[in-house]
Amino acid sequence: MTNIVVVGNGMAGFKFCEKLLARTEGIATDGGRFSLTVFGEEPRPAYDRVHLSAYFSGTPADELTLAPAGWYADHGIRLFTGECVVQIDRDARTVTTHSGRCVPYDVLVMATGSAPFVPSVPGIHKDGIFVYRTIEDLEAITNWGRQATRAAVIGGGLLGLEAAKAALDMGLETHVVEFAPRLMPRQLDSAGAGILKAKMEAIGVSIHLSKNTTHFEGYDRVAGLRFADDTVLDADMVIISAGIKPRDELARKIGLAIGPRGGIVVNDAMQTSDPAIYAVGECALHGGMIYGLVAPAYEMADVVASAIAKHADLESERAAGPTKLFTGFDMSTKLKLIGVDVASFGDPFCETTKHRSLVWEDRLNGIYKRVNISEDGKYLLGGILVGEAEAYNMLLQTCKNRILLPPTPEDLLLPARKGEGTAAGAGVMSLPDEALICSCEGISKGDICSSITEKELGDVAAIKKCTKAGTGCGGCVPMLGDLLTETLKAQGKIVRKVLCEHFDHTRQELYDLVRINEEETFDEVLAHYGKGHGCEVCKPAVASILASVHNDLIARHSVIQDTNDRYLANIQRGGTYSVVPRVAGGEITPDRLIALGQVAQKYNLYCKITGGQRIDLFGARVDQLPMIWEELIEAGFESGHAYGKALRTVKSCVGSTWCRFGVQDSVGFAIEIENRYKGLRAPHKLKSAVSGCVRECAEAQSKDFGIIATEKGWNLYVCGNGGAKPQHAQLLASDIDRETCIRYIDRFLMFYIKTAEPLARTATWLNKLEGGMGYLRSVVIDDVLGLNEQFEQEMQRLVDAYQCEWKSVVESDDLRSEYRHFINTSDPDPTLAFVEERGQKRPAGW
Amino acid sequence: MVSQNISIENTRQWYRTAPVTAFPADGGGCVKIGERQIAVFHFKATGEWYACQNMCPHKAQMILARGLIGDCQGEPKVACPFHKKTFSLKTGQNLNGEEYAIETYPVRVEDGFVYIAL
Ligand code: SRM
Ligand SMILES: Cc1cc2nc3c(=O)[nH]c(=O)nc-3n(C[C@H](O)[C@H](O)[C@H](O)COP(=O)(O)OP(=O)(O)OC[C@H]3O[C@@H](n4cnc5c(N)ncnc54)[C@H](O)[C@@H]3O)c2cc1C
Ligand code: SF4
Ligand code: FES
Repeated sequence: MTNIVVVGNGMAGFKFCEKLLARTEGIATDGGRFSLTVFGEEPRPAYDRVHLSAYFSGTPADELTLAPAGWYADHGIRLFTGECVVQIDRDARTVTTHSGRCVPYDVLVMATGSAPFVPSVPGIHKDGIFVYRTIEDLEAITNWGRQATRAAVIGGGLLGLEAAKAALDMGLETHVVEFAPRLMPRQLDSAGAGILKAKMEAIGVSIHLSKNTTHFEGYDRVAGLRFADDTVLDADMVIISAGIKPRDELARKIGLAIGPRGGIVVNDAMQTSDPAIYAVGECALHGGMIYGLVAPAYEMADVVASAIAKHADLESERAAGPTKLFTGFDMSTKLKLIGVDVASFGDPFCETTKHRSLVWEDRLNGIYKRVNISEDGKYLLGGILVGEAEAYNMLLQTCKNRILLPPTPEDLLLPARKGEGTAAGAGVMSLPDEALICSCEGISKGDICSSITEKELGDVAAIKKCTKAGTGCGGCVPMLGDLLTETLKAQGKIVRKVLCEHFDHTRQELYDLVRINEEETFDEVLAHYGKGHGCEVCKPAVASILASVHNDLIARHSVIQDTNDRYLANIQRGGTYSVVPRVAGGEITPDRLIALGQVAQKYNLYCKITGGQRIDLFGARVDQLPMIWEELIEAGFESGHAYGKALRTVKSCVGSTWCRFGVQDSVGFAIEIENRYKGLRAPHKLKSAVSGCVRECAEAQSKDFGIIATEKGWNLYVCGNGGAKPQHAQLLASDIDRETCIRYIDRFLMFYIKTAEPLARTATWLNKLEGGMGYLRSVVIDDVLGLNEQFEQEMQRLVDAYQCEWKSVVESDDLRSEYRHFINTSDPDPTLAFVEERGQKRPAGW
Repeated sequence: MVSQNISIENTRQWYRTAPVTAFPADGGGCVKIGERQIAVFHFKATGEWYACQNMCPHKAQMILARGLIGDCQGEPKVACPFHKKTFSLKTGQNLNGEEYAIETYPVRVEDGFVYIAL
């Protein structure tokens, strides 16, 4: 029997286990030919460090787990977490852990990863200084961050910027301190880094370059950083992200060859200077390089799995082939999560290669793109993308596969032409079958396409599950979607985005069916077109369709609505709700303001002015909602639909009523529009704004439909979006009068409502609409579908059917009785807990 | 001495909660039994009733009764309103492949009342 022992249960250590099992398929279980023992010093099984920052946005630690403890047991792997290996006896071939456990090995795999490099600056041990590597580090940062106000991140590289974004998201004033004269010096040139700096500053991160920290200020807690130029930056929290240091201490102790600047020296088979010991991941030094990325670590793990399986004669037939070698790895990266797209691929600088560089720079929109092309103009060598990196995957593939460039390589740089039918999707089909799509898992285009065909995979989730592509850094997921669509299309299959397992229909089909056959309830729709009981996906989607077709009272369909729509309020942490009355156009009288304040005071609600020019009252218990609404309605308010996939707000600027530049009455028009479309249900929420002149103080160009006053009338923009993926609205018509503007909006909205997929905002919908803006214009203005009259009539019916949802509940004893926490007692939920903050209440932490 | 087949009746106690009519059809309601909060669900089409803990184990929120119900390949389930984690109402198992699960309890309807065994 061959005893295999792995030291370190991180990403590389885990992947080694997985790859070894794959290569020894069938043998592992057939009677004790080998044993696999894994020691991990961290308290939990290996987790996805690459997506560590997701922990800050609420992903719980256990969701990051690569495989639960049960997985190891199921595969006969002995996993010891919370056990640090402290000694290795190379003669006796045993490893010993800190708790004294001693295990023999025939082959040993070191997968000890790396530790953050912490510079030995005086004061480094003060409280409030953290590193960013493990879940425990993040827990400590979160705890400290609650009472901190100003964070400084030392290091302006990939990880430092990620840490900075996390600090920003925690609500801290955030600073990044970099020793080099530019950000991400290893990936970006100075022009690209300059644009990145401007973008980071625009999202609120201050950047300090060429700064050498010489001292941490403060008594026992950190209070600031002093630099070599004797300037000081105040900070009550510091995150060090100044690079990594391979964890080679154990290897050093037992006399393995170590590189001059650390790292366990390995050959192409990932063997250390002791042939019975391998090293993988960030602790391994290959060809003078430490690879600080997950994809090469996974590749190394597979190389070792291949070598061990072969030598111990464990290889299954399926895996048979020559022993794999590691011959270096591409360091292309795409930065995630920081709110600015940044990528570099191939050779970004080409300092030593003859080449031509093409550069596109758009300072206004913060976009910088550079591609390096071979002198003969035939091949792509590498490049840098800042501000817009949608082309990253295609460029990387073009570069890696040495695909011949088109005669006009400048096309590679032009801004993505959204919706105009540039077939980004079709582009993937031009790649050769060997093109590596998922470099983390080493999966080629051919593998993916044949799985789609042979295993009849129908969605990206199935591809991920079956091939593992897209389960590493996730960067290739959009390409998986494109490959799926194109492969199915090539087979002549129509790609239909059906709702879920209960309905074999797209949203558009179901919408048309419901409109024609006039079903009025979910049960009818399910009985006619679906199967099973439905689920959390199709119930709200059908609810939205029913509402868009009939504008019936949604409270009558309460059990098929998401909780926000079910209780006509937004649910919060802790299970209370918020109340947002409509304040059309943002215009409000003093009397109404007072009334709002009085209601808030009476029910002890937290108050905040929203980003949508109205007032949100938070922390209402479910049983209090009808009483609160009743009082608000009395004061002249109605529901603001802040909970619905419906019209939210129409923001306005003061316009010609007060403003010295205003050319039209933007407030009046905003109020008219808001009152017209209030309560309108759509596939996703709808937002609008009206500005009184080109200065655009109402931000109309970031809305689903926005209107800007001109000297002659109004310009109408559509399909803009703030949120996670901002997109500017595009001009649909200019200098039109109010009536025309409303007619166009009617048509535009009905067309969207009828054809969009569930939860697609107008911007996303337009991006997928074949023919893009040109087509939309021809529908709305030139009536190519001949449906405009119908659209306008349907909209008018919906407008006429409007009723305030809160009022309907307040006035119906039946509906009112649903607003309680318990069925069998009128007690409120006894577990609700609040804490005080800045003079108001807020829910206690999760 | 513990016998081999422990029947529910032997180890659990049945509690009378509220009349059938107090519970929404194809939705959930929460009942208080002593200090415990139990979510109860009624699938009208098949006449099935299910009960489980009201607390969602994901973020310890007392909320599951307000979740949407439905089925996954025939398995009855509830989706938490907060982050849409789904749980089998038969076994309590997490259907998202995560480790945490919920407790489920037997339900019985008698003389128009819903009884739950804890
Ligand atoms: C209250 C408010 C923040 C504030 O304090 O200012 C807010 C709060 C929420 N936003 Fe927002 N958004 C608010 C303005 C915005 C804005 C700014 C704006 O409208 O001018 C945006 C960007 C503009 C946009 O939507 O295009 C915005 C983009 C989002 C998004 C991302 C949408 C996207 O398409 O990417 C979500 C998530 C979603 O809807 O799926 C979201 C979702 C939410 C939800 C509803 C989350 C939820 O489902 O519970 C939050 C409810 C909080 C609560 O408990 O009441 N909120 N949210 C703002 C309410 C405005 C209002 O009066 O109705
Ligand atoms: C915040 C963050 C973001 C990142 N983002 C990206 C990204 O976008 N793209 C990318 O490619 N890479 C990224 N990385 C890098 C990536 O996570 C690493 O390359 C990868 O985790 C390396 O795997 P590893 O197994 O070598 O090391 P690790 O995952 O660190 O695992 C090593 C494990 O060994 C344990 N160990 C060490 N010594 C012992 C011992 N003596 N006994 C027992 N156990 C021991 C350690 O505790 C650790 O659990 C990121 C890293 C961080 C921290
Ligand atoms: S957009 Fe024009 S009218 Fe409105 S506030 Fe600005 S300057 Fe005044
Ligand atoms: S609290 Fe239930 S899913 Fe998050």
